Amino acid sequence: MNHQYDVVIVGAGLAGLRAAIELGEDTRTAVISKVFATRSHSGAAQGGIGAALGNEEEDDWKWHMFDTVKGSDYLGDQDAIEILTRDAPRTIYELEHMGVPFNRTGDGRIAQRAFGGHTRNFGESPIKRACYAADRTGRVILDTLWEKCLQRGIDFFNEFQIMDLTVHDGQCCGVTAYDLANGTLHHFHSKAVLLATGGAGKIYRTSSNAFATTGDGMAIAFRAGAALEDMEFVQFHPTGIYRLGILISEAARGEGGVLRNNEGERFMEQYAPVIKDLAPRDMVSRCILREIQSGRGIDGKDYVFLDLTHLGEEVVSKKLAEISGFARTYAGVDVTKEPIPVQPTCHYMMGGIATDTDGRVLMDDKNQSIEGLYAAGECACVSVHGANRLGCNSLLDVLVFGRRAGRSIRSYIHTIGFPTLHGDDPTGDTAVQITALMDSAGGDLSSSIRTEMQEIMMENVSVFRHGDTLFKVMDKLRRLKERCRNISIKDKGRCFNRDLLDAVEVGYMLDLAETITLGALNRTESRGAHFREDHPDRDDKHWLVHSLFRYAGPNPPNFLTKPVNITEFEPQERKY
Amino acid sequence: MKSTFIIYRFDPAVDTTAHYREYSLETEPNDKILDCLNRIRWEQDPTLAYRFSCAHGICGSDALMINGRIELACQKLIRDFRTANNFVIEPLPLFNVIKDLVVDLNPFFEKHRHIRPYLISDTDPPERERLQESENQSFFEPALRCILCASCTAACPINRANPDYFGPAALLRSFRYLFDSRDTATGSRLAQVDSPDGIWGCRTMWWCTDVCPKGIPVTKCLGQIKRLIRQKEKENTKT
Repeated sequence: MNHQYDVVIVGAGLAGLRAAIELGEDTRTAVISKVFATRSHSGAAQGGIGAALGNEEEDDWKWHMFDTVKGSDYLGDQDAIEILTRDAPRTIYELEHMGVPFNRTGDGRIAQRAFGGHTRNFGESPIKRACYAADRTGRVILDTLWEKCLQRGIDFFNEFQIMDLTVHDGQCCGVTAYDLANGTLHHFHSKAVLLATGGAGKIYRTSSNAFATTGDGMAIAFRAGAALEDMEFVQFHPTGIYRLGILISEAARGEGGVLRNNEGERFMEQYAPVIKDLAPRDMVSRCILREIQSGRGIDGKDYVFLDLTHLGEEVVSKKLAEISGFARTYAGVDVTKEPIPVQPTCHYMMGGIATDTDGRVLMDDKNQSIEGLYAAGECACVSVHGANRLGCNSLLDVLVFGRRAGRSIRSYIHTIGFPTLHGDDPTGDTAVQITALMDSAGGDLSSSIRTEMQEIMMENVSVFRHGDTLFKVMDKLRRLKERCRNISIKDKGRCFNRDLLDAVEVGYMLDLAETITLGALNRTESRGAHFREDHPDRDDKHWLVHSLFRYAGPNPPNFLTKPVNITEFEPQERKY
Repeated sequence: MKSTFIIYRFDPAVDTTAHYREYSLETEPNDKILDCLNRIRWEQDPTLAYRFSCAHGICGSDALMINGRIELACQKLIRDFRTANNFVIEPLPLFNVIKDLVVDLNPFFEKHRHIRPYLISDTDPPERERLQESENQSFFEPALRCILCASCTAACPINRANPDYFGPAALLRSFRYLFDSRDTATGSRLAQVDSPDGIWGCRTMWWCTDVCPKGIPVTKCLGQIKRLIRQKEKENTKT
């Protein structure tokens, strides 16, 4: 089935919905999403969204900018970070005007709380900068924006899986999608496509991410010629529930919670004397694992305690309601009486599709763009997070850059007509690919390939990495990719065929796992979330550069670098 | 330990009626029911269809009937049941089955859209935020926990008898905007729900509250809408 829209947005999380709203009522917009819109993983964001409103104490967007630059271990592009932090207060007011129910201060203004790595006056002490709605901030923003889209009458294609981009002569002119309900292929012919498909946290065994976060948009753009940027920087959130990886928000520490080892010691005091438990995530995750390696895990196991018992019922029930529910349901813990067992969990991709600050997708180190193709949100790399994202900057990123992408698409589509489609059936290639998969007589299962990939990545390419093993991982991933050719689909039906989608998704994830590993191997330094045990220091002389990855078909990706944009803050040693 | 899962199956391509199929699985007390469904699909039967995504009770995808009661499959663990490790898994009632445990939620979302689930204000917003009292927000806060999983509406006996009834989930969203001090469409919102298919369809049977996986006191919130209507009526007769 064929459709024509001015703009197709892939992904119905916050970046996609914010862009859809910005496109305005005069733009024919389709939003396609692999899950129903309100199931998007933006809804799992808990703790808050950062902005220097100064509602609780004096604040300045320049302090926010500095914190973000320092948090990124100086790899974030400072022009982009300036846009992000300057535009933050306006973004919050805009959300409030749309109806987002932020918690309030005593005088009725938007309440704010402390978050990791956010400080006053360039690192002096923690600051209250995160605006929040209890610990369901992402969920209520997602609901509000989705409902705004309903009001606007935007067309949603829910449970449509993106399969391919249509790109002719360097111009993107649509997407092919698979309708999960009946197995039909749809082509969406458009003047512009925005990829807002989120992260890829399911590449790792222990993850806070939803099953749907398999990096589809990143992998499809990569195969279509887009460059991926800084893929080796994968954030492990320090406080996932032990063994399950379910997120316990940083807001728990923002409200005063502390981490303790088996001796009951508040160990972060040693590692980050100034901001202690509110150090950035990359540091806290490493510290937890160092404690565990030194035999100070709880009961000798690979977890520590997050202690909220001193916060009191009022704070817990008003500000941390969801996470106390998660602790009760999944760990059997009453957080007002007992500590929560936690360990680092894969949480966020700092890397993604290389874009400029208006969402245009870039192909190489010369900043050549693919006409008509845009990306925003976690799937994109602007880059504002550099080597490590600060908590409560991701909701800000998706809203600021989702809006900017929407705005630049809106001016772009008025300059062109519908691009010409080549050939009779733009879904043809995808149909061939699906038929080949469905008819494959091989004996391999996508679930076993996926599990092996997750184990390999978790063991070797997570918080700590080493050159010797990364070499081997590249080989292992190659072999898994070869096995993908032998996946056989047992479900031969056309209705809700998850078996087929699992096979497609594992292919996407393996492409991305390869870029993560290659980046980790090539970058012989430690910066932000990327820590090489054999190169434990930051090396600004050689590696104050972004990594770029170009798809090379059956061969490992090509690796390039490009300079970091430094405007205000020269790199310094990163201490907290 | 061994657990048995008796699962509702229906594939419109081959089946004329639904049937049940039995699977057995080694389980741990801490396994979520969703984990078990995943393992059945990955290891035994890739054709099994059900919805899921976040796997920790925030996306709202996986409301199902588990042993005759509506639950989120990702929020219930094996140890939560005392049924000798036997589980019967069925789709949500009320809605048409698309395949196996997947139901057509379009009528549910259509009702949601119908109640105008967005902030309506006849005043221009200030440059900064509108002010709002915490007490006001606490009043409608329970409704913010809603994840649109459709459990309440599926459970509601009124919905089964009257397909035109708005249902508890849509009315709860109406409550959320009615009591938000920033919303000025109170009059037209009340007019819309003040009908037998609207708020008066609710007979206070508590089933919605009973099944809500987020612990929302749905019936009480709906009761506040009724109170507000009566209060406005009284005010009108006085003037």
